[in-house]
Amino acid sequence: MPAPEQRRIIFQHIDEPGYTNDIDCYLRNGGYEVLKKSVGRKPEELIDEVKKSGLRGRGGAGFPCGVKWGLVDRKSGKPIYLIVNADESEPGTFKDRYIMHQDPHQLIEGTIISCFANNVKQAYIYIRGEMPEGARILEKAITEARAKNFVGPNILGTGYSCEIYVHRGAGAYICGEETGLIESLEGKRANPRIKPPYFPAVLGLYQCPTIVNNVETLCHVKYIAEHGGEAYAKIGTPNNTGTRIFCVSGHVQRPGYYEFPAGTITMGQLLNDVCGGPLPGRTFKAVIPGGSSAKILRFGERFKGKRKVGAEMVDYDWGVEDVPMDFDSLGMIGTMGGSGGVIVMDDTVNMVEALANINAFYSHESCGQCTPCREGSLWMKKISSRMVHGDARPQDGALLKSVADQIPGRTICAFGEACSWPTQSFIAKFTDEFNNYHEAKKQPKPAAANVLV
Amino acid sequence: MTQPAKPDLVTVNIDGKEIAVPKGTNVIEAARLVNVDVPHYCYHPKLAVVGNCRMCLIEMGMPAVDPATKTPVMDPATGKQKINWIPRPQIGCGTTVSPGLHVKTTSPMVKDAREGVMEFLLINHPLDCPICDQAGECKLQEQATGYGRGYSRFIEQKNVKPKRTQLGPRVTLDDERCVLCSRCIRFSRDVAGADVLGFVDRGSYSTLTCHPDKKLDHNYSLNTVDICPVGALTSTDFRFKMRVWFLKQTNTICTESSVGVNSVAWSREGTLYRITPRRNDEVNDTWMADSGRVLYKQVQSAERLASTASLDTLVAQAAEVFKAAAGSIAVVGSGRSSVEEQFLTKKLAAALQASVSLVSRTAQGDKLLISADRNPNVRGALVTGLITTLPSAQLTALAADIDAGKVKAVVSLGEDLAAAGLSAAQLAKVAIVYLGTHANATSAAAKVLIPTVTVFEKAGTFVNQQFRIQKFIQAIPPQAGAHNDLAVLAKLTTAAGAPAPAAEVGTLWPSIAAEVPVLANVLFKTLPESGVLLDAADWKSLPFVEGETLHYKPTAAAAAVASPQ
Repeated sequence: MPAPEQRRIIFQHIDEPGYTNDIDCYLRNGGYEVLKKSVGRKPEELIDEVKKSGLRGRGGAGFPCGVKWGLVDRKSGKPIYLIVNADESEPGTFKDRYIMHQDPHQLIEGTIISCFANNVKQAYIYIRGEMPEGARILEKAITEARAKNFVGPNILGTGYSCEIYVHRGAGAYICGEETGLIESLEGKRANPRIKPPYFPAVLGLYQCPTIVNNVETLCHVKYIAEHGGEAYAKIGTPNNTGTRIFCVSGHVQRPGYYEFPAGTITMGQLLNDVCGGPLPGRTFKAVIPGGSSAKILRFGERFKGKRKVGAEMVDYDWGVEDVPMDFDSLGMIGTMGGSGGVIVMDDTVNMVEALANINAFYSHESCGQCTPCREGSLWMKKISSRMVHGDARPQDGALLKSVADQIPGRTICAFGEACSWPTQSFIAKFTDEFNNYHEAKKQPKPAAANVLV
Repeated sequence: MTQPAKPDLVTVNIDGKEIAVPKGTNVIEAARLVNVDVPHYCYHPKLAVVGNCRMCLIEMGMPAVDPATKTPVMDPATGKQKINWIPRPQIGCGTTVSPGLHVKTTSPMVKDAREGVMEFLLINHPLDCPICDQAGECKLQEQATGYGRGYSRFIEQKNVKPKRTQLGPRVTLDDERCVLCSRCIRFSRDVAGADVLGFVDRGSYSTLTCHPDKKLDHNYSLNTVDICPVGALTSTDFRFKMRVWFLKQTNTICTESSVGVNSVAWSREGTLYRITPRRNDEVNDTWMADSGRVLYKQVQSAERLASTASLDTLVAQAAEVFKAAAGSIAVVGSGRSSVEEQFLTKKLAAALQASVSLVSRTAQGDKLLISADRNPNVRGALVTGLITTLPSAQLTALAADIDAGKVKAVVSLGEDLAAAGLSAAQLAKVAIVYLGTHANATSAAAKVLIPTVTVFEKAGTFVNQQFRIQKFIQAIPPQAGAHNDLAVLAKLTTAAGAPAPAAEVGTLWPSIAAEVPVLANVLFKTLPESGVLLDAADWKSLPFVEGETLHYKPTAAAAAVASPQ
């Protein structure tokens, strides 16, 4: 079955020839029209539209946005804050960056609409420290939008005021975790907070109710405000509404970002039809479907079970290529849709070495608060580094797995899962490769892939 | 027997044991009540909960309720309400009790979680217990034994971190031993009000250190050593001095101020090695000022008084002074004497028909655990009736009486009369009987010098600023040539012609209880460790000098004096 057509609603203008990131270009393309309409509506109506749309957060966890907004404590009398999570740090993910670089006003319009819907007077865009260019573009865009009265006091004469501030992170993955981000924004170390009691919806930024949404999510909100929740819900599949952006990297012919209605495309279609299949003379070996913390899938493995289609339970028997790329299907087969970062590895990749790379990243990014994650992530890194540096033992795979098993579910934030799932899944699916690595190390290395230009 | 349900109590089930605990209690404290140990590092009952060590993971469940009908779901196997166990372990410190909460602390899931955390804590720990001061009172040691696997699977290089860092004048840090529990950071910031400590770097390389240009030099810095669950923070004073398991612990009371901080004196073979705080939730929580911890050094100070003469000889000399100056004797009591000593001082003064004065000793309070009144027991003197008004710092009336020739002899209970405003000429005019521990101008001028003992060498009680009577126990034998104050006072009273009173705390108390109305129901033997609050109604209008400190608010009369507007 051929792959469906891309449907770009968020990336509509990304890479469009002649499209620039200034406000004039945005206005020429119908920019801020949705905001003009939205500020004339009742905020509750907008929240209702988002609830009806079934929009799920695009940061990685896929938490329903309408539910998140519904949890906000609106009776406390404290101000409500909205934070745009632009700390896109999950390896393999690069969608938010393109939105901010090429279409920043889309994000600002979505943000102001969301602020208006939630009676937020102050919003922060927390942008990753490694994106100085994005921060500059956003600052400029906000200045432009303020000059046109889309941001700032008395927006479009409605009496509603809202400021947006850009805050640059200092370069830590954990700042993408919402409570860690809040701590960092408050000027502290980004140690995620314990929940209970610090649910952002109740005790967030400066102990006030706070909404933290991903960049892409807020762009979807703009689309929903324009077309209505029901129309949005018709895109994609039930419970996985709207479009999904996939950031495909690694060993395919055409890596890049692709936007499809959620759940309509399978892994095989994405990699073979859209991305042009493996490099010449190579075969796919494994793929990580949702950012480096998602559990890896091995080409050749089968997933069997029952799933709900409409009201009925239907048997499924999928290879990796057959898996629909939506939150629920990927969840069913034991991995996750995550942030949409699809990392492809072909037969030249040694899994021990790939894991050593991932482990090095996570051990460097653990905040150091909880014992299992702090010590476990570095221990796993030390083991996998030792293996690739020529001192592997046959029992190291089992030891790695045992260490990884002691981490998830025992930490304050989801970093415990993020750092242990790669190890758990790599070893579960490539057991032999880990057990025989000390022998494989003696073999000559396969030739490196051609550098992509 | 099940306890009757009270509105502020919540019934929970811990390892099969039902217990009713106050609302808001967390699982660690609730488990403590049924003698179930939930191991932990970062949790401290007096500090904010951060839940980062993950040692207190427990398995937790709630009674099942049908979501549609809201009726309890019964388990046919047991006939009781079914429990929905949460599949992930939860932290005990951050989980507050709720009605029907079920907790397992011994299930395989909990055991596995604890073994995992213990292993993680030890992989980068130097395991240098043989040279570590914390050995013997180390949570890492105890819990590794109690909950660890007992072997290591770690063959990699351990992390290298700074050793022997001087965080401040009294605290030494070994970062390799640190388990990053952040207790010290929270204590400094939240209790001591000095945000000086923090972590730098991240992940397993996180390192405790002082903020740039800051030092851990506040007067509560040694509390960080007390609450450090491992050997990372050690007292520079106590470091390498003595193994803690050799030390005897004796409950005592800090004499630094009228707060009456509960403390423990650690001694071996008659020598004191350190003082640490003792928990009393009504007085000092678990804290103590650094300045109170060095008071033990006065025991072996070079200024310490000693006498080769027997006590009877010294008392006979005093008796001659009493006879020579009969009718014109003054007694200077002390707010540093115990209640028992003040009781006998009053008897002595009565037998001598002497006037009694007290010397006040005040300084700025620190609003935490050092009050403005630096005498530990002025209220004891009020309670025993030794004085009826608050003392002043200068003995002006006594000075005038000496000048007028009305006073020919002075008995001083450890008070330096020169410091209290008497001139050398005035001191020379009178015969001084001095009972004291350390040399000063008065002891030098004394006609009869009777060396007495410090608070660590005797037992007794103090009445603190809250009118709480608290007892201290003798930690070490008296130094050679020094005599117990009570014995001295009893003999002096007898020498003054009165009937012999009891000369020991235990035997003296029945007469104190009989003669002092507010102490009628108190006995030294049965006085609880946390002390007893006395009825302070008789003194509530006195303008006490103390301002607000932890667990103490001044009375209206005192507050009016403190801030006259």
